Parts: sequence; C-alpha cells; structure tokens
Amino acid sequence: MSLTTHFPLCFLFSLFQMQFMLLFSRQGKLRLQKWYVPLSDKEKKKITRELVQTVLARKPKMCSFLEWRDLKIVYKRYASLYFCCAIEDQDNELITLEIIHRYVELLDKYFGSVCELDIIFNFEKAYFILDEFLLGGEAQETSKKNVLKAIEQADLLQEVRHRMKSK
Amino acid sequence: MPAVSKGDGMRGLAVFISDIRNCKSKEAEIKRINKELANIRSKFKGDKALDGYSKKKYVCKLLFIFLLGHDIDFGHMEAVNLLSSNKYTEKQIGYLFISVLVNSNSELIRLINNAIKNDLSSRNPTFMCLALHCIANVGSREMAEAFASEIPRILVAGDTMDSVKQSAALCLLRLYKTSPDLVLMGEWTSRVVHLLNDQHMGVVTAAISLITCLSQKNPDEFKTCVSLAVSRLSRIVSSASTDLQDYTYYFVPAPWLSCKLLRLLQCYPPPEDGAVKGRLVECLETILNKAQEPPKSKKVQHSNAKNAILFEAISLIIHYDSEPNLLVRACNQLGQFLQHRETNLRYLALESMCTLASSEFSHEAVKTHIETVINALKTERDVSVRQRAADLLYAMCDRSNAKQIVAEMLSYLETADYSIREEMVLKVAILAEKYAVDYSWYVDTILNLIRIAGDYVSEEVWYRVIQIVINRDDVQGYAAKTVFEALQAPACHENMVKVGGYILGEFGNLIAGDPRSSPLVQFNLLHSKFHLCSVPTRALLLSAYIKFINLFPETKATIQEVLRCDSQIRNSDVELQQRAVEYLKLSSIASTDVLATVLEEMPPFPERESSILAKLKKKKGPGAVSVTELEDNKREGGELNGGGDRGPDTAAMAASNASTPSPSADLLGIRSAAPVGAPPASTGSLLVDVFSEAGPAAPSAAVNDDGFLRDLEQPTETSDSLLVEGSGDSDSAPPSEDPAPPLSEADELLNKFVCKNNGVLFENQLLQIGIKSEYRQNLGRMYLFYGNKTSVQFASFTTTVSCPGDLQSQLNVQTKPVEPLVEGGAQIQQVLNIECLTDFSDAPLLNIKFRYGGALQNLTLKLPVTINKFFQPTEMSSHDFFQRWKQLSQPQQEAQKIFKANHSMDTEVLKAKLLGLGTALLDNVDPNPENYVCAGVIQTKSQQVGCLLRLEPNAQAQMYRLTLRCSKDSVSRRLCELLAQQF
Repeated sequence: MSLTTHFPLCFLFSLFQMQFMLLFSRQGKLRLQKWYVPLSDKEKKKITRELVQTVLARKPKMCSFLEWRDLKIVYKRYASLYFCCAIEDQDNELITLEIIHRYVELLDKYFGSVCELDIIFNFEKAYFILDEFLLGGEAQETSKKNVLKAIEQADLLQEVRHRMKSK
Repeated sequence: MPAVSKGDGMRGLAVFISDIRNCKSKEAEIKRINKELANIRSKFKGDKALDGYSKKKYVCKLLFIFLLGHDIDFGHMEAVNLLSSNKYTEKQIGYLFISVLVNSNSELIRLINNAIKNDLSSRNPTFMCLALHCIANVGSREMAEAFASEIPRILVAGDTMDSVKQSAALCLLRLYKTSPDLVLMGEWTSRVVHLLNDQHMGVVTAAISLITCLSQKNPDEFKTCVSLAVSRLSRIVSSASTDLQDYTYYFVPAPWLSCKLLRLLQCYPPPEDGAVKGRLVECLETILNKAQEPPKSKKVQHSNAKNAILFEAISLIIHYDSEPNLLVRACNQLGQFLQHRETNLRYLALESMCTLASSEFSHEAVKTHIETVINALKTERDVSVRQRAADLLYAMCDRSNAKQIVAEMLSYLETADYSIREEMVLKVAILAEKYAVDYSWYVDTILNLIRIAGDYVSEEVWYRVIQIVINRDDVQGYAAKTVFEALQAPACHENMVKVGGYILGEFGNLIAGDPRSSPLVQFNLLHSKFHLCSVPTRALLLSAYIKFINLFPETKATIQEVLRCDSQIRNSDVELQQRAVEYLKLSSIASTDVLATVLEEMPPFPERESSILAKLKKKKGPGAVSVTELEDNKREGGELNGGGDRGPDTAAMAASNASTPSPSADLLGIRSAAPVGAPPASTGSLLVDVFSEAGPAAPSAAVNDDGFLRDLEQPTETSDSLLVEGSGDSDSAPPSEDPAPPLSEADELLNKFVCKNNGVLFENQLLQIGIKSEYRQNLGRMYLFYGNKTSVQFASFTTTVSCPGDLQSQLNVQTKPVEPLVEGGAQIQQVLNIECLTDFSDAPLLNIKFRYGGALQNLTLKLPVTINKFFQPTEMSSHDFFQRWKQLSQPQQEAQKIFKANHSMDTEVLKAKLLGLGTALLDNVDPNPENYVCAGVIQTKSQQVGCLLRLEPNAQAQMYRLTLRCSKDSVSRRLCELLAQQF
C-alpha cells in the first residue's frame, strides 16, 4: 500500500546521532558539557553525576565502550581529562572514538599542546572549536585544517577590531 | 594561568576563574560566586551604560558560573544585546550564552530571532555561521517557525560559501528533528540529494547527515541518493590514501564520510539496478580485503578509523541479509577480531556477531567460534566484554550445542559479576527449557542454578520448573529424587527448599519405596529446613505437610504433633497460624476420602509461554531477545516444549494473561493471603460448621466457597462460577429458560456507546432501554431505564447482568433485582455499580426476560461498558508525549489499524468523538495539524495503564490510520479494535 507516503512516520525513525559530550577531570570536575538533545537542567545534572561516577570507576585497560541506560557511552582519557560521548545503541563506536580524538587534536593544535588549564581558562574557545567541528551532534567539518582556519579567521577578526578599539 | 591566551583575553574573567580555583572549600566557592553575582547584578542594573567589552565579560562570567553547576536567572537581556554588536567576539559570546542558557521568554525569543535574521542576511559568512550554529544549538520550535523556510534556500544557493552550506545543512537537520512539519523539502529535494556530488568533502560530510535523516522518513522521495551514495563511496574506497588530502585521517581516506555513506545505504533495501549493486558489492569486498592488508600505521587511530568503516560495512551486509558470501566473510573477519589484543575490537566483534547469529546464512559460521567465545566469557577482564560474550553464547545456542553452552554458563555463574547474574540465570533457564531433550537434564540444570546462584533465581524461574514437573509425569519421579538429594546438603538455598517442599508434597510418594527416602525421612528432611526459612516458604512447607498426611497416612501423627505445637498454632504470623489451625482441623476431622479429594495432586497447568522469557524481554528491551527468539522459531520448527504451536502473537497473549493475576496467585497463592479479616479461630469453627452442614458429599465445593486452601487447589474459574450460578438461581425469580444468546446486533449497539455515555441502547415494538452512565476513576454507575411501549403489563420482568468467562475476574458489576411488574406505558429504573478490577475486553451481558401476553420474551444485550470508560484524561506537553511514545516502543505495546472511514471526517465530529472517548485531546503535539493525538490513563483497581493514541486521517483516500501505544499490550489491542469502529 502506498499509504506510507501519505502518513509521515514522525515518531518512528531513529536519530543516530550523538546525544551529548562531557569533559571531566579525574577528580570528577565537569569541564565542558554539550547537549544535543533537549533535556531539563535537572536531568542533565543527574546524568552527569551518574556518568562521571561510572566512568571514573573503570580500570585503565577496560574497553572504551559501555552500555548505560539505553545509550552507549564511548570514552577516552587524555592525561587528566576524560572525554565522554553518548551515542545511540546502533551508532558506530569506533568512529565516535575518533571524533573524540580529532577534537583533542584540534584543541591541541589551537592551544599548542593543550592541558586541562587551557580548557578551564578558555572554556568559551573550547566551545567555539567544538561548534565548528560538530553541529547538532553530527560532524560538520572533519578536516583539521578547515576547522582551524575558521577559528583563526575569527580570532583575526577580533584582534583587528581590538587593536582599532585600543587606539 | 595558561601560557597562551589567544584572542583578546578577558582579564577580569581569568582573575575570577583563578579565585574560584583557589577556593579551599565548597562554601568558599559559593561565597565567592555570590559576591560575583551581586557585583554583576549591580553593574547590569546600574545607571552607567556598560560598554560592549564589560557586557561581554560579565556575560561570560555568568556563563562560567552556570557551567560550574549554579543556576543563573538573569543576564539574558545583556546577552541578547551583545548579538547586535558589530564586534565579532561580543556577538560570539552573546550567541554562546543564548545557546547554553536557552530561555523560553517570548519577548526575548523575538529579539533573538531578529538578531539572527539580521546576521543571516548580512552576507558575512562568519556572522551567518554564528547565527546558524545558534539555531542548531537551540533548535526550538519558535526558531523552526522563524527560519525553516529560509535555511533550505541558503543551503542550495549557488553563491553560498562552503562553510555556510555545511552549517546550514546541519542546522536544517536539527530543525527537522524538532519540527518535521515545518521543514518542507519539496522543491529542494533533488538539489539537496545532489549535494552528495559536491566537490567539497566537508559539504558532503555535513549534507549526508541531513539526507540520511530525510531518507529515513521519506525513502521514496530520496531514493535517488542510493546510486549517488554508491558512486561516492566507490570513489573514496578506491582512492589512494593521499588523494583526499586533509580528509584522510591517519592514512584512511574520509572515514567519517565513508561511515555515513554506509549508514545512509542502510535506509534502503539492496539496490535493484544490477550495475549499482555490483559496484556496491565491489566496495564491500574491497573494505573486507583491506582489513586483511598490513596496517599503514601502528597508531591506534589508523586501525580505529579503518575498522569503523569495516563494522559499518558489516552492518550493511547484515542489513541486506542476502549475500551469503559476504555474510560468511564478515563472520570470519569478526572471528579474527575475537582474538585481537585490542579490548575494544573484541567487544565490538562479540556484539556484531550477535546479529550475525540470527541470519540463517551465517548462523553456522558463527557457531564455529564457540570455543573462543566461551574462553572470552572465562578470561575477559572487563565485565562489559564478558556480558557481550554471554549474549553471544545465548544467541548462537541451538539444539546441537545447548548442553555445552548451558554447562559453560552455569560454571561461569559461580564467579560471575553480581551485576549480570540475574540476567544470566534467566538466560540459562530459558535455554535449558527450550533445548531440553530430556527433562531430567532440565531439572538438573535448574536445580544447579538454584544451588549456584539461588539469590538470583527469581520467582519466575522456580515457578516454571514446578509447572513443567507437574505437567510431565515422565520427569516427576526423577525430580523428586533429585530435590531430595539436593536438600541433603547442609546449607541449601531457600529457593531449593521451596521447590523441594512443593515437589515432595506432590510426588514424594514416587520415591517413598526406597527406605533411604521413606516418608518420615522426607518429612524430617524438609522440617529440618523449616526454622531457617522465611514466612512464605514456611507457609508453603505447611501445605506440603498436609499433602504428606494425604500421601502417607503413617506420617499423620508426627505431622499433627508439629502442627499442634505452639510455634505453629500460635504463630504470630496470621497466615502461618491460620494454616496450622486449618490443616490440623482438616487432618483430624475429614475422612480419608475427603482428604484425598481436597488434597488431590495438582492438575496440569495450562500450557503457556514461559514467564521467564517475558521477564528477560522486560529486562533487556525488545531487541535483545526477540530477534533470536523469532529466528529460533524459524530455524527449529517444532519445539519440544509444547512451544511448537506458539507464534509470537500467542506468546504475547500468554505473557499478558500470565501477568494479570499476581504471579504468586499463578502458581501457589502464598502471598495472596486467605481472607484476612476473619480471625483464625472463627475461621476454624466456620470450617467445622460448613463441614457438618454440607457433609462429606460436597467437601470440595464447600472448601472452595470459603476461599480456603486456595493454595492447594488450582484456581479454577469453573468451580467458582458454578457456585455463583447455583446460589443466584435459588435466590432470584425462576424463569427456567436459559438466557438467550446475545442479539446479533449486540456488538453494533455496543459500538454506539464507545464515545458516549447516554442514549437509547435498544428498542423494539415492546420495549425501549435507555442508558445513562457516569464514570470516575475505576468506578462507574449506570442507570438503565426500561420503558414499556405497549399498553399491556409486562409480567415476571427480570434482568440479569453477567460477566462471561474471564470478565468476571476483571469487572465487578452489582445491581439489585427490579420490580417484576412493568405497567403499560411505564418506565422502571435499575442502577448498576461497576468496578473495573483489571483491564478487560468483553462486555458484560444483560439478559431480560418477561412475559408479554403470555409469551416469554427473552433477549440478551451487551452492556456498553468498555475499557475506555475508565480513562482519565492526561494533559502533557509535546516533549513529554514524544518521550512517552518512545518509551512504549516494544512491538507488542503498539496496535495499529488502517481502515476506511465509515462516518463523517469532519474535524468537529472527530474531536467530539475523541473527547467522548475519555482521553485528553492534545493540541500542538503532532507536527501535522491534521492529525489527532490523545493521552489518558486507564484506571483499574489493580493497576493504571497509560495510553497514547494517534489518529491520522487521510481525507483524500477517505482512510484513517490509528495507532495506540499503551503500557499494557492487551489494552492497546482492545482499544484499537474498539476505536476502529468509531470513525
């Protein structure tokens, strides 16, 4: 029956996208949070608390994926920071792991050997870089060069204006 | 402070952040924050106009405070002001604040939208991107309303910069997800599909996410994307690692794009065009081949990216499930990964193989890896990997390897992690039952389960073993012997005592011939466990004892002595005391014949789907079990365990039936305590009375009537209803004729009242029956008006309301008899009180008999009491609705019908009907304003059932599609049946 074309199945398709990304320290301090699905502040806090605990409790050699509620968590630790993404059950874990890595590379290149402090003191930059790379939970631009070009252009824009202002 | 601070650092912000970091305690931090908040508030409120820089700095501080986890309730206006700044950084911070702290104040939204509109039309690509990012981050319906028509234009315009196109594509995707009704692709469709051919890889990467989502929903309109995707994929797969320059990631060409292309193809069946299909198969083969090549880099990023593509390709191969060659190759590849040194790969291989196990082409290939998987279960250090291994063993299990797999899972249970034990127990129990060739193996397995992991053996599991033993006489002797042996262990789990008590009570006689397990030895063994057990188990044991008295008269004196002792007969627990008293009396008063009747062996249980399976499904969600389950049915054909004839439908039905009464009532009724109100002593005397009155002729009826000994008698509806009818007959006036069968149009009459409560139920030349009813919660009151249309008196006018079959346990209808005389032209009234105990499908019957001029009139109608009468409307937001809709996603929870319109499709008529149904009609939930969405909760005594409804009219085709999702599947089906007649 061709009824399907008349009746859109609004509720029934799955989204296959990243649900959220969290950066937190070994002490459990949240350093960056990006939510790609609408949730209340209360829910966000609850999720963060539970997830940070779960991930911190895992041992170093364990696998980078875990099932959590009905989501899949993909995480990786870089020095003192944990990068943690929630994806849907059907989504690709390995490519998500490399999303994390590419983001780390971007931060590293921008700040020059990035450390946790850079992200604390320049949290707004960390957000801007993330927005250039991922939008709405999907990869927008995977080329490192192009992302950094966009960010540097913006920096240039503000420096020029800044200088003009200070004169 | 970091050495590098790019852009223009905000000194004040850095100082503030340092201060916070230097705080020694949480209190100090809060104090510092409050000080800062007060400062910012005064700056914002102050008379002096702030310059852009200060505004930016303070807004940024607020943002930082918010991200620390504190609530921020001001600063939105200042952030909005920043949006219209012509300084990039100020604008950027403004947008960031808005994205993170979304606010639903409508005045603010208007201002924000204005600022976005300006930036979108600025033709400055950096500003445009900022605005698009903001829309994508917020993604609210208001934004969709304002920009959904604008963005597609930006996306496909020839002069749009690539970076803006990328943002526009993903921005549109976000809006489409929140408000699909507002994003109309229509004319843009083909140009959007052709973005797959774009020269700029970044544009393709962004656009393909949008196209995938649109294809999932409108596969027909977007199907041209298949061939484009295949050729794009083919170009990437065959390119050298340097061809794609910066889109090559650790020597892997465009891994993200490749994965997305493979994912897009999973929205469609295999391509029909032979050439396209050939090219795709070639790609898949190349990907599989590359997995065998030596790595181009030792970096983990290289292998991750490469394998990400490989796993996505395997998903596509499994999705097609039509290329045996590829399926087997995929399986072999995963087999290699099972032994890989990377934990991640082992995890993914186990997971992926689980789906391969359900394909008929690769099931056998998967089975060859059994030893590796068992080894993984034993040696993996990460519990999530072991869990995957257990899942895979469960999925690959069939008759040929069941014994091995069950044995391995059992031995793993001894050391298994607590978090997965219960699930493991369920799985072992299911496999043991499903693939049992001989039932002694099954009994051994379950008893082993109890021995090894007794704490995790849920009621369902031990109920089930008893059901099976009761139903199969070939295993009863063995079961008795085995439990007897198991009980000899000095410490055995309470669940073992339960099973032992039950089985010896029923079948202890089968092993009593052996002097080592003589009746007295059996009794002493059971009783030695008694004092260590909980109340429900003790209650069960008491029942086993009275059964012993029947089975072995020689134990009577010993057991009576036990029952008589103070710790039983004066036990502080009412249930135990009552049992002790009653059993003692029963054993001393009743003759052996009566005892033998009352304490007869349990009749076989009706064959039903294992409740364990239902439990596992509940635990794991629909996907995990049902796939393999269906597959098994397909592969195995006839099941051994009476399951050969069970399809998934009957399974669902059986599961719902089984869950209606409480599980304990199902089997033993331990917890559904006997009448609580009556003090035990009086019950005892009542019993004596009953016995002396009724005499030994009808003992079982008398016992049943009292609800006494319910745990020993299987609850049978027939005996109950017999009693009810018997007493009813003697009370009421005696028209001897049987009630007439329901009128042929009874169903039609019933349907008239689904969406209304008042009206004329029935009318002929003699009689008119009017009806008025009202419902609250799970209670209802119905007024019936019987009007005599003739001028002649109706004599012997009687009405009887009955609940046929299952309905009598679901609905309680009470009424008083009516006057037997109805004068000509007169009307009499009858009131029915209705209580809904649990959900139901049938309607109560109303039988009316009277004499009109000597002739007996006898008619039966269905009373319009339908499950929807007990609805309570539930108002909810669109978000809540969607969330609940998603939660009710198990296939059985949904019922759907597509049917031709039988009545007017006028909006007002439909609305009135839906309101009459009792649900809340929700506005602004369904993205399509033509559709109707309702929500309500059905109130029954035993539970509440949440129901969501969606009705999609198609005026052109004069058809409807009706979808129901309820927390209980029987309700979905019943409502769907009822409602399909209404429109």
